[in-house]
Amino acid sequence: MPDKRVPDERGRIEFTKEMRKTYKILFPNMAEIHFRILQNVLRAYGYNVELLTNDGQEVVDEGLKYVHNDICYPALLTIGQMISALKSGKYDLDHVALMMSQTGGGCRASNYIFLLRKALKNAGMGQVPVISVNLSGLEKNSGFQITLPLLRRALAALTYGDLLMLLANQTRPYEKNPGETDAHVDRWVQEICAQFLQGKGFQPKAIKAQLGRIVADFETVELLPVRKVKVGIVGEIYAKYSPLANNHLEEFLRSQDCEVNVPGLMGFMLFKVDNRLDDIQLYGGNPLKKFVVQALFNYLRVFETYTLDAVAASKRYHKPASYLEVKEMVRPLVGYGCKMGEGWFLTGEMIELIQSGYENIVCAQPFGCLPNHIVGKGKIRQIREMYPQANIVPIDYDSGATRVNQENRIKLMLSVAREHLHDA
Amino acid sequence: MIRIGLDVGSTTLKCVVLNDRDEILYKNYERHYSQITQKAAAMLSEVRDKFPEQERVQLCVSGSAGMGFAESMSIPFAQEVYATRVAIRRNLPETDVVIELGGEDAKILFVSGNMEVRMNGSCAGGTGAFIDQMATLLHLTPSEMNELSKRQNKIYAIASRCGVFAKSDIQPLLNQGARKEDICASIFMAVVNQTIAGLAQGREIAGHVVYLGGPLTFFSELRKAFDQTLKTEGLLPENSLYYVALGAALQADGEGFVLSDLIERIGAYTASGAYVGCRPLFANAQEYADFTERHNRDEMRVTGCLQPDNIAYIGIDAGSTTVKAVVLDSAENIAYYQYLPNSGNPVPLVKDFLAEVYKRFPNIAIRAAASTGYGEEIIKNAFRADFGIVETIAHFTAAKKFDPQVDFIIDIGGQDIKCFKIRSGVIDNIFLNEACSSGCGSFLQTFAGALGYSIADFAKAGLFADKPVDLGSRCTVFMNSSVKQAQKDGASLENISAGLSISVVKNALYKVIRVGNAEELGQHIVVQGGTFLNDAVLRAFEQEIGHDVIRPSLAGVMGAYGAALYAKQNQRAEWSSLLTAEDLANFTHEVRAVTCNGCTNHCRLTINTFAGGKTFIGGNQCTKPLNRGRAAVRYNLYDYKRELLDAYGSVPGKRETIGLPMGLNFFELLPFWHTFLTHLGFGIAVSPKTTKQLYHLGQASIPSDTACYPAKLMHGHVQALIDAGVDAIFYPCMSYNIDEHLGDNHYNCPVVAYYPEVIVSNMKSVQKVKFIHDYVGIHRPHDFPKKMHEILTRHFGDDITLREVKAAAKAAYAAYEEHMRKIHQKGEEYLTMAREKGMPVIVLAGRPYHLDGEINHGIDGFIADSGAVVVSEDSLGDEYVKAPTTVLNQWTYHSRLYAAARFIAESGDPHINLVQLVSFGCGVDAITTDEVRKILESKNRIYTQIKIDEITNLGAVKIRLRSLFSAIGEKGGYAHA
Repeated sequence: MPDKRVPDERGRIEFTKEMRKTYKILFPNMAEIHFRILQNVLRAYGYNVELLTNDGQEVVDEGLKYVHNDICYPALLTIGQMISALKSGKYDLDHVALMMSQTGGGCRASNYIFLLRKALKNAGMGQVPVISVNLSGLEKNSGFQITLPLLRRALAALTYGDLLMLLANQTRPYEKNPGETDAHVDRWVQEICAQFLQGKGFQPKAIKAQLGRIVADFETVELLPVRKVKVGIVGEIYAKYSPLANNHLEEFLRSQDCEVNVPGLMGFMLFKVDNRLDDIQLYGGNPLKKFVVQALFNYLRVFETYTLDAVAASKRYHKPASYLEVKEMVRPLVGYGCKMGEGWFLTGEMIELIQSGYENIVCAQPFGCLPNHIVGKGKIRQIREMYPQANIVPIDYDSGATRVNQENRIKLMLSVAREHLHDA
Repeated sequence: MIRIGLDVGSTTLKCVVLNDRDEILYKNYERHYSQITQKAAAMLSEVRDKFPEQERVQLCVSGSAGMGFAESMSIPFAQEVYATRVAIRRNLPETDVVIELGGEDAKILFVSGNMEVRMNGSCAGGTGAFIDQMATLLHLTPSEMNELSKRQNKIYAIASRCGVFAKSDIQPLLNQGARKEDICASIFMAVVNQTIAGLAQGREIAGHVVYLGGPLTFFSELRKAFDQTLKTEGLLPENSLYYVALGAALQADGEGFVLSDLIERIGAYTASGAYVGCRPLFANAQEYADFTERHNRDEMRVTGCLQPDNIAYIGIDAGSTTVKAVVLDSAENIAYYQYLPNSGNPVPLVKDFLAEVYKRFPNIAIRAAASTGYGEEIIKNAFRADFGIVETIAHFTAAKKFDPQVDFIIDIGGQDIKCFKIRSGVIDNIFLNEACSSGCGSFLQTFAGALGYSIADFAKAGLFADKPVDLGSRCTVFMNSSVKQAQKDGASLENISAGLSISVVKNALYKVIRVGNAEELGQHIVVQGGTFLNDAVLRAFEQEIGHDVIRPSLAGVMGAYGAALYAKQNQRAEWSSLLTAEDLANFTHEVRAVTCNGCTNHCRLTINTFAGGKTFIGGNQCTKPLNRGRAAVRYNLYDYKRELLDAYGSVPGKRETIGLPMGLNFFELLPFWHTFLTHLGFGIAVSPKTTKQLYHLGQASIPSDTACYPAKLMHGHVQALIDAGVDAIFYPCMSYNIDEHLGDNHYNCPVVAYYPEVIVSNMKSVQKVKFIHDYVGIHRPHDFPKKMHEILTRHFGDDITLREVKAAAKAAYAAYEEHMRKIHQKGEEYLTMAREKGMPVIVLAGRPYHLDGEINHGIDGFIADSGAVVVSEDSLGDEYVKAPTTVLNQWTYHSRLYAAARFIAESGDPHINLVQLVSFGCGVDAITTDEVRKILESKNRIYTQIKIDEITNLGAVKIRLRSLFSAIGEKGGYAHA
């Protein structure tokens, strides 16, 4: 018999210690490489987790059915994906929980988790607990705690994920033997997961050394001397990474013979931590809080530096700008107080890409995304003025927007990009 | 070798053949009616016949509908905007800007300087298909529209963002008798506004402008409207239809194709069939037969004669696209009815109907008559009907005849979807389609028309489709492109037809009613409206909800039938006041258009004069023009709040003059900032009252067309301040609002918080002034003076002391508190008064900026004029506590909504009800509306939501409010207008 199934006044069911033993936890996919490693980290900690990869129309349909249709597309999709999975019959509804991240900013995304609970209730699956993954102390569960050891491994997963994604993106379009890059990625993901299980590979020193080995290993992939159109992807965090949300954007761009650059997740993490420092700077605040946040920020930066140093050691790979460099680049364009959603960091990533030679950019946003009115579409004009070579196309994603229209617009961007490549 | 460019557009095929000197040898233009590959093959065959000596040709395909087959057959493909650019560079190199409108696309191409291309996004409709749709609505051909608009003398404001909005603006104009000439011209102007607002996004359209594409080629008045708006004279080049094809031909290269092979391959090409499908409507003929038999049970017989007593009741439903009229006998049988397409003006149709009734039934004794529908008021006035009733009541009355236990009614008409839930015999919850989610009968009709079918034949074609296209549940503009995609994927006409029927149903269920599961709807469902006469739609509905429903066989005339029943049940006098046969013979009707100067709204009124001098005024947003001279007392807290703010006007000061843009959060913080800055000795210029003109002033610099209207208005306010010559503009970014302890946090929404960032990046003119948009935190009163002092020093030098700032801040917080206190006090006062007088109270809940008359379209006044006391969500004062919510309650403005809802739910007072104003595009309200509804419904209270945008269909708003009033009347036990 399930126990402790009494919802609190907000309809929340706690995920208890007892549940941890017998429950399967489902969580939605976003950035593929990162989440594959993360899944293994959680498993190593005794959580019976499963990464959801179900795709297709029924995900959208379930989302439309159980979520307000005007809500952001990412909410609609993740919730649709979870409900569709629960309805598939693959899981015992009395022994399954869902996990979702919660940011807690001024963006409506902080409400996803509540929308998910509401949807579950309407779908007659109100007994399924939802675990909030947040660092703001918004909700707590006795059966799921983000402990320091877990956090360290998650951070390592993030760091490895960013590097592998970067290397893969810069190698795959030029590889001589098709499939070689992906084979490298797979091997490293397996290797890293195995190390984690043995309690290795996530200590700072180990990470540092291993990042170097990974870069060296990717350098062995034989390349062809060809030039390709370079395209960067920025946007709302989920629409940027998740193929489910962006209609397999990366795959499409690759099919159009492009090199794709998707900036890593670490920058976004640093941004979210740094926000708190900027808030204190702008409006005043508790010095102790500032000290703690600053320490966390510095800690994260160590890992960012490892990644960047590893890339810089290679002649072959392009090193992206660091978080603080991006922050400096964006200074003339957006105030640092602009923090909801992706905030100024989205604008910053566009500039970083342009300065790095990825002047062709797809800005992926869910239809009607509020922060993107400001830092996406709202800033493109000024970016174009500052960087005339910038070739940016904002693409809206939602259940009604069709792929043919999206691809047509991207193709226009690519026609101009090819012209630039030709003229250069 | 000749080069062929083939442009496969959304509705047409264009073809150009070039020789090696780039001269056009041949060109052709044709509608493809979605038979893309067949028509393309036919068109290429013509080329082959013209140039029999050319065995090999170079070919390049362009156009969004051509992408699919070009790719799968390895024919070179050119993106269409890019193709245009190639052609323009070759033929008209001096061009600065190209404006190209197509069947479903609108594009602006900035050629000179920093090259940029803009295409309409997923939410845009000012295109050829839009014009076609409007023409259908007006029963004109597009070229007749062009002719008529040459004789225009005034332009009406028609929503320019999306075709669906525009339709709902045009319909009331038609019903009010506005001239078609003016409407046609207004439609063209709407297209112009749409193109400029949606696509220019802050970049000025100047220099040599070139017009391309079908609509701009065919409609001289559309070009004229562009010329006027852009203050330029654009060029319509020779071959303006063929630029895309030309650009494609210019890009054709490579070793070429053997033309006859190619024709054969294209002709034989069938797309993959890889589109997503739904299950078929009927698996076999037997299923259909059972279905038909079941629905035949609800057959309504038309008797053709009255009972021997000759007593009759008349119901007239003047709907948006049709007029329905019914004669009921004393036994409640339908003796006679008419169902007529309404080409705009319902008055002559009703006149003919009544004439026919008097002819058929010479001894008729009409006891009562009622009108309903969009044209209710004009019909009631013109023909002296005894009652004018809200359409919801009419439909409910009719449905009860079929199933006394009816608990859910859905009516899908030509332009609108109406659904209502009935709880304990009272209409409890009403869903009307908001401006963005039509997808109703007229959509099916437009599509059928475009493919060359009548709507009935078109819908029928889908009955036995094997794999209906899954088109989702979205507004019509989106559906156009979904259909395009399906065609590309090779869906047959049958499957598209069935898919459209299914999507109409899904729209109603998931967009309008937003059902979670079918049981929510009810057990006794009656479906009405002409659209349900199509078996495909009816079947799709039953399939989707998994439940059988009742469809009266005269589903289309239920509104009129209900009106007649209502007239019978409520008969007041022995005889109806309806015009007699004699009166009818002398009936006249004249229409005049004037501008009302009663207030700053300057509504365009249409004055209808009937025989005997009786007049009816339409187009008014308030009752002012109707009761001139009669000052009615109204209790409207919105008026009071506006008065309070008016006290903070422009004042001179010893320092620089700072402009404050009156939009978004300034509607609440004006007392704060005004006091703060005047205390420091600054002069203040407050931007003027919002008007359409003010909006247009800044329209061109709006970068995101899907942002909310209140935000977009900020561009106009800032521009007005700059034009007024202020030294500086103060518009701070504010992540946080003042903490009222009503929620878990006190954020502003991202748009309110950061809109100054959009202004500074998109309005060049702000460089002329000090544009102060620093990040400011008034939520920390202690830190505020120090931080603000730093900011002011940065902008004005160091002669402002921290002491001064501290004193000013103190005064500012005090002024703000006093302002809020006054609002609370007035709220208490109104509530007490209403309780004493037994008056109904409406808490009109929105955001502070919903005070703006341009944003709320005078809805506050309309409610107050109807006799209710209007209070705002922020005026409930002490009665107000933090509401427990199931969502994260973290925005200051939104916390008030929850608190207000809770206050009403807890009060148990049926006299107090909530109406929520929601700005279109407000992402946060996607969350708040559900939560507010939930709080209210937990205590069995009625939730009413009104969506507002740049243009709002006030007709629909009034239906909603009147239905609410009548529901309150029945629930609360008192009668109301």
